[in-house]
Amino acid sequence: MMTWLRSPASETQITHVQRLWLYVFAIITMILLVLPTLIVIPMSFSDSQYLEFPPETWSFRWYEHYFASEEWMQATRTSFKAAFFTMLVATPIGVLAAYGLHASKLPFIRASFVLLITPMMVPVVLIAIGAFYAYVKLQILYTMLGLVLAHSLLAIPLVVIVTGSALKGFDTNLESAARSLGAPRWKAFLTITLPQIRFAVVTSALLAFLTSFDEVVIAMFVSGGDNPTLTRNMFNALRDQIDPTIASISTLMIVVTTLMMALAQIFGQQRNP
Amino acid sequence: MAVTDMNAAGLRRDERLERLRLFGLASPALLLVLVVLVIPVGWLFYVSFVGADGSFSLENYERMIKRKSYARIFWTTFKVSLLTTGLCILIGYPLAYFMSQLPRKLANLCMITVLLPFWTSLLVRTYAWLVLLQKNGLVNNWAISLGLWDEPLKLVHNLNGTLIGMVHIMLPFLILPTYGAMTAIDRDYLKAASNLGASPRRAFWTVFLPLSTPGLFAGALMVFILCLGFFVTPAVLGGGKVILVSMKIVSNIELFVNWGAASALGVVLMVLTVAVLWVASRFLNLDRMTGGGH
Repeated sequence: MMTWLRSPASETQITHVQRLWLYVFAIITMILLVLPTLIVIPMSFSDSQYLEFPPETWSFRWYEHYFASEEWMQATRTSFKAAFFTMLVATPIGVLAAYGLHASKLPFIRASFVLLITPMMVPVVLIAIGAFYAYVKLQILYTMLGLVLAHSLLAIPLVVIVTGSALKGFDTNLESAARSLGAPRWKAFLTITLPQIRFAVVTSALLAFLTSFDEVVIAMFVSGGDNPTLTRNMFNALRDQIDPTIASISTLMIVVTTLMMALAQIFGQQRNP
Repeated sequence: MAVTDMNAAGLRRDERLERLRLFGLASPALLLVLVVLVIPVGWLFYVSFVGADGSFSLENYERMIKRKSYARIFWTTFKVSLLTTGLCILIGYPLAYFMSQLPRKLANLCMITVLLPFWTSLLVRTYAWLVLLQKNGLVNNWAISLGLWDEPLKLVHNLNGTLIGMVHIMLPFLILPTYGAMTAIDRDYLKAASNLGASPRRAFWTVFLPLSTPGLFAGALMVFILCLGFFVTPAVLGGGKVILVSMKIVSNIELFVNWGAASALGVVLMVLTVAVLWVASRFLNLDRMTGGGH
């Protein structure tokens, strides 16, 4: 231990002991990054009305409350449906856009790219009230279609960026070779290019799913009536009081996102074996 | 000769056509952005210039200048965004540096602690802080039993709670590009600095820090922009005491159904965002923010 502390830690020959403060600071920060979210999990199994840690008595009470509530169940179904459809809409049109912009070398490509990533830059509140107004005119307010369109809008920049950077690393000559051997472009794309970038596409799809699943502000405005999303209901509940049911829902949401993240990791790592 | 010229012209035309067709692949995405973003926001822009009587007027903007409450909201937004960005730099930079010094495998393991909150729902994380920081919450209970303070402190439903939650949520946005820039630094430069007699401290300040700033700036810019329009976390953790522009926009619609006032605020918020991006783009390469980075 002592020899390790005095051994050089970097190219500049600084020793580990001189860096001890950095190690302590970094470890505390990493704990603070992860712990606050994870601590909700044991709390959700508490029997008490006041979320306590560690719980004195354990129970599934709040889970039962969640699964027994038709309102929460309905909201959960809406959220999953919206996220699934957003994935189905945003992924193909985003991948097509990324491919089109990548392959076509027209002068206004750059401007189109900027336009496609503006949903990331524009404050989401503005998108939400704009969509609210537009949907009143188009008569699709509080419909699944409207929600999915707005969430797809948010997901498009992510799909375009992730797929676009994968295309940059892809050797276009492979596709040219296929085409010079007589494959039409769509076939060359489907059989040569798409398999090469499939991990980026899968990652994009998962990101699109989560974008919709976690989204609050747009859902506040354009989902409602009989179709509020889970996050919308949670947000409204949070503004009023600290309902322990939210802890159980949060735990389930953490499980869903962790599963998604694990999937992305599994698919992402196969890229560089 | 004439025949080859014609062929060349034909080929060129074919190529142009092909490029246009390829560009057409982007049209569904562009159409979506146009219909759900550009046209509605354009309409909001128009509405912001319509007065209560339905004619052209600047009253929505005049109100913003005249009323003290609006100035306070803009000041709060700016202050909260700046404080959050500053705290993220102070906390995130050392952590990114720490990870950049580790062997790659260990660094990837540590990276999970950054990615896990990054992927976790924003609402869930906000809720977690609400639970932890409340009056009888874990933080107060533990601090009192450890003797750090005697009375439960008011940690949430105020600026403190808002900042704690926002910094926690924004940190990954700062750490990821900073770490990306740090791992791209050629370590031989540091060896060279040491070799030429620089102390470790001096080598860091004169070689490492400047080389890592593009990533740091990109991350800080991202955090600042996101903070300017942030709604969920300040709305929950601020408890109505910290009012940001985005919250005022929402209350203008939900409570007062005043589209003119809400739109004008939205336009100003967007102009501010674009201005920040524009100023920043003159100093750094924004491609880092959109995937050119890590």
